[in-house]
Amino acid sequence: MLIQILIETIQLLIVGLGAPFLVGLVRRVKARLQGRRGASVLQPYADLRKLLAKEAVESETTSWIFRFTPYLLVATMLLSALLVPLLTTQTPLGFIGNIIVLMYLFLLGTFFLALAGLDAGSAFGGMGSSREMAIAALAEPTVMIAIVAIALRAGNTGLDEIVRRGATDSLLLLTPGHLLAFMAFFIVALAETGRLPVDNPATHLELTMIHEAIALEYSGRHLMLIEWAAGMKLLIFLALLSNLFFPWGVALTVTPAALAVAFVALVAKVGTLAVGIAALETAVAKLRLFRLPALLSGSFALALLAVISFLFVK
Amino acid sequence: MTIAPGETVTLNLLLLTLGGFGAGAVGAVLAAHRPRVSRWAGHAGALIGAMATFALGVAGLTGGTLDVMLPTILPVGGLSLGMDRLSAFFVLVIAVAAVPSAVYAITYTHAYEGKSSLAGMGLGFNAFLAGMVLVVLARNVLTFLVMWETMSLASYFLVMTEAEHRDTQDAGWIYLVMTHAGFACLLIGFLVMAHGTDTMNLSEWRAASATLSGPMRHAVFVLLALGFGAKAGVVPLHVWLPKAHPAAPSHVSAMMSGVMIKLGIYGLIRIGFDWLGVGASWWGGAILVVAAVSAVLGVLYALVESDLKCLLAYSSVENIGIILLGVGAGMLFQSYHLDTLASLALVASLCHTLNHAIFKPLLFMGAGAVVHATGTRNTEEMGGLIKRMPQTAVYFLVGSVAIAALPPFNGFISEWLMFQSLLLSFRISATGTNLLFALSIAALALTSGLAAACFVKAFGITFLALPRSEHAAQAREVPWMMRGAMGLLAIACLVLGVAPTAFLRLLDATAADLTGAHADLRFNWNVIVANDAFAAVSPLWIAVALVLLLALVPVVLRVIGANVGWRTYETWGCGRALQTSRFEYTATAFANPFKRVFSLLYRPVKELDIQFHPDSRFFVETITYRNEARSIFEEALYGPMSRLVQWVAHRARVLQSGNVSLYLLYILVALVVLLALAG
Repeated sequence: MLIQILIETIQLLIVGLGAPFLVGLVRRVKARLQGRRGASVLQPYADLRKLLAKEAVESETTSWIFRFTPYLLVATMLLSALLVPLLTTQTPLGFIGNIIVLMYLFLLGTFFLALAGLDAGSAFGGMGSSREMAIAALAEPTVMIAIVAIALRAGNTGLDEIVRRGATDSLLLLTPGHLLAFMAFFIVALAETGRLPVDNPATHLELTMIHEAIALEYSGRHLMLIEWAAGMKLLIFLALLSNLFFPWGVALTVTPAALAVAFVALVAKVGTLAVGIAALETAVAKLRLFRLPALLSGSFALALLAVISFLFVK
Repeated sequence: MTIAPGETVTLNLLLLTLGGFGAGAVGAVLAAHRPRVSRWAGHAGALIGAMATFALGVAGLTGGTLDVMLPTILPVGGLSLGMDRLSAFFVLVIAVAAVPSAVYAITYTHAYEGKSSLAGMGLGFNAFLAGMVLVVLARNVLTFLVMWETMSLASYFLVMTEAEHRDTQDAGWIYLVMTHAGFACLLIGFLVMAHGTDTMNLSEWRAASATLSGPMRHAVFVLLALGFGAKAGVVPLHVWLPKAHPAAPSHVSAMMSGVMIKLGIYGLIRIGFDWLGVGASWWGGAILVVAAVSAVLGVLYALVESDLKCLLAYSSVENIGIILLGVGAGMLFQSYHLDTLASLALVASLCHTLNHAIFKPLLFMGAGAVVHATGTRNTEEMGGLIKRMPQTAVYFLVGSVAIAALPPFNGFISEWLMFQSLLLSFRISATGTNLLFALSIAALALTSGLAAACFVKAFGITFLALPRSEHAAQAREVPWMMRGAMGLLAIACLVLGVAPTAFLRLLDATAADLTGAHADLRFNWNVIVANDAFAAVSPLWIAVALVLLLALVPVVLRVIGANVGWRTYETWGCGRALQTSRFEYTATAFANPFKRVFSLLYRPVKELDIQFHPDSRFFVETITYRNEARSIFEEALYGPMSRLVQWVAHRARVLQSGNVSLYLLYILVALVVLLALAG
């Protein structure tokens, strides 16, 4: 029991405290790749602390939905952090939900975020909501087909079980379906977490904002919660990509040594993916909104190919 | 009349049900000249009947049976009623929506006093409810068809309540035509089946269906599927639904969208799993394809709709599609002899049927409350209602989250089960079928994403931001009985979303009666485990954890010394002087990205008409912008069909000369031909 509480606490700490670091890391690497010095990796912590110390200013037009959303968003991310196998395949609360539950928790957050965008009655917020929902809806089929591919390989939809079976499968990376599913899921992760080429987290140009447009009316601790939740979402998606597709180092048994190895492996894998994202964001420009369906249907095709390849080698 | 022993409880409940509806109908008519009394009597009777219906459904689901045979009431076999678990389940579905609808109607119909006949509404509503209950209890062909027609006609008259509007007349006409085209298919299908199996008794059909020849079975399946599909509102037979449901008073819309179309599902489950035995694999495949198309197209049309009740009606087409995904999948599993999986798919399907019968009436009542308060159905004229109607807003929000299948509400449970049953299709070893299932998973995923977007729009544009019209600015919260009815349904959404296990057990028993095998579902006290740990979810823990974390975050913020002060200021708007609702995003603007992405389907009509000031092109006097989606089904499918019918009717006029002796000759010829055929 004590061990289990400890594992879940560590998971919460990794996601909660790691998220700003991850955001800072991506920014720093991106700056370096673009020939700038960039701010310290720890800058996001300072930003969040600054926001916490500020008074929240709210639009008179808003309702309780606007104030409730930041808390719900953080709650869904923390709950996701409890479900995802970060270090071990014996996540104590893993029984609460499988991979589909996880995707619906994210959708719950997106749903309320989009409502909050409409709440202040500004055109920017509405635009952000509309676009956010369009991207979420169009990404959904790819998410599920990628999940089909994963479930076909593992014969299971439980997160722990998928990782465990992957870890014991030595020919994993030689399976074409596995790599196709990874690519599809990676593109979806970019769309879901609002990274380039789908959305630019660094923009404040009104007409291209999506996530930033929704957050425009937020300030103080509410803005801090929204930013923190966005960081946690990125971390959870990268951790999912790492452990579902490259399950090396994940502890199959709960021993201190195995957990330590798992932590180092997680940091290395997520770090590599973060560098990859920074490189990608340096290399590509943001796509026009109406070019996005092409990108997402491309990732859908990849996921479907993955399913087909698993069906044939079954 | 024969009564089997041990059926006295169910029989008494049935009598109480019919007594309640009967008393309501009679009371409403007797008090016709006093609208207030008529309104109360009619709907109080309906409420008593609906509560008895609820008890009857519960009794039936927990094993109670019913067998009533009244030979003298109807010709050809008499009035025959019976109840198995499937019937009992649908009785429960009717009751779950009927109880709050009746409560809601008592105050809601107040607005119709002096405008429409409340006696007619009371009579129609009770006949409608009684007809639906008796359809699912019918045990022979004639009882079924008579009750089916009662239900259809009663609902037609209810749709025509506001017959003075041109739209209502059109809606009523299309509804009447479509429902009778469907009825014709059912009639022919039933007669062919009765002829082939040599029995009018529905409960004997399963055993007798083996004697049916192959082509005849296929023909019966197609006919009945068309008839039931038209009632369920599957694409492309859905055209009546988005017209008729919004035209009716909101408590009737709630019953039609929440329950009546489910009787089409009832029929499809009967032909897929009961009356015709285990079917050919193309049957299930066809249902699966139609279901996926209905789900996606239904939600896409809902998304671009700015009439709130129309949006909800289209979303019913979507949900019928989701329910039928489970029915089609179950039929396919059955034809591959995977009975446990068939049961799982059927459980998902039944679960969504009940869930939709809870949140759709909730949403229709919410829409009714909004219409009541603002006098318009157009979302472009709403906004800001969350501050003027706070309780209605919360209930509508619960309905929206539930229908978007998000945890911790009931829609999530059924959609989760649906995904698991579709995912398990890889147990079928036929690559083509596997691919079909994979595509239907994609369709379901797209549907659920689009549904979330659709209800962000429905709730956000209606209730949030500033009011977009004077009506919306003047809106007041609705009376307590209407709020109470919605509250009841909202609580049901939460309870079934947090603690569904006891209920799923009953659904499993229902499915097992039809397929002969239990679904591989294991329930701990709060965890649902499907198919040997293939998938697990704990709805209770999701809810508890969310609540705990929601409480934890503000506490932690205080502990670490966050600034908890706040003040209000106006919305940032690039420095403009004042904020008006004209700066807000509209429903049309919200749907625009979808309109552009799916323009192939919508084929939108766009018109932009700018009147410039006569002196300068830089000053604009008026801008008229119209951007509407066209219905390709009405244009491409029903247009030619109705032209063909008109052409035939025109030709047939030659026969009607108006000459009586010629008509007598027709009768003689018809008689001779019939005698010759019979001989």
